[in-house]
Amino acid sequence: MKNVIRISCSRANLKTVRDFVSAYLSVYHLSELHINQIVLAVDEVVANLIIHANAENESQYLQLKLAMEDHMFGIEIEDDSKESYLPSTFREPDLLEHIRLGKKGGVGMALVNRIMDRVEFSSSGNHNVCRLYKKVV
Amino acid sequence: MKITQQTTAHTLTLSLDGELDASSSVILDTELTKPEILNYQKVLIDCQRLNYISSAGLGVFISHLQRFQDANVKLVFFNMQEKVHNVFEILGLDTLMTIVPSESEATAI
Repeated sequence: MKNVIRISCSRANLKTVRDFVSAYLSVYHLSELHINQIVLAVDEVVANLIIHANAENESQYLQLKLAMEDHMFGIEIEDDSKESYLPSTFREPDLLEHIRLGKKGGVGMALVNRIMDRVEFSSSGNHNVCRLYKKVV
Repeated sequence: MKITQQTTAHTLTLSLDGELDASSSVILDTELTKPEILNYQKVLIDCQRLNYISSAGLGVFISHLQRFQDANVKLVFFNMQEKVHNVFEILGLDTLMTIVPSESEATAI
């Protein structure tokens, strides 16, 4: 089972990432709902890295590596953008405020944090790593 | 993402076919931004063939909801797959938006 993929920073590659994660998880007998949740969390982080951190620069790349160990799904997403996400800046979205203001963005990381059991971001120089973990049964 | 439109006198039904992500949600945003959409009393979103939604797709609906409410246009979702409904639930959007099981219930609102 292929567990590593490298993509250029284009929105068009989001579908490729979702199919890659779905295919990897398909052998673990998880419900469609749980697979969709994990795929969504990965999609949200990858979309943020492509659009915000790398400004959709297709000469930049992300590498994704998946693992399943002792019923713990893990994914490592690496990139080399100058912009790194600071988890300390996260605020729970006020949906009523988002609706009132007609905001389009700002709820993706809330989905990631609510779905995954552990969310980690680390940076060294321009090299950034995001790790997501989810216990599956 | 393919969007099919059906209209009656007061209702516009948009049938979504495919996946709504950060790439494809622009198409939906373009449809919902059209000024003439506010001439309808109801905009129904048929989600039967909507196989996936990310925050970008949700964001499109969130961003237009107030505009619709201000114009007295009801936005109603129906035929939503469980995995898509679950994404609305995770954020708590299922309590802020009108989601009903079937087209007949959506029409009756």
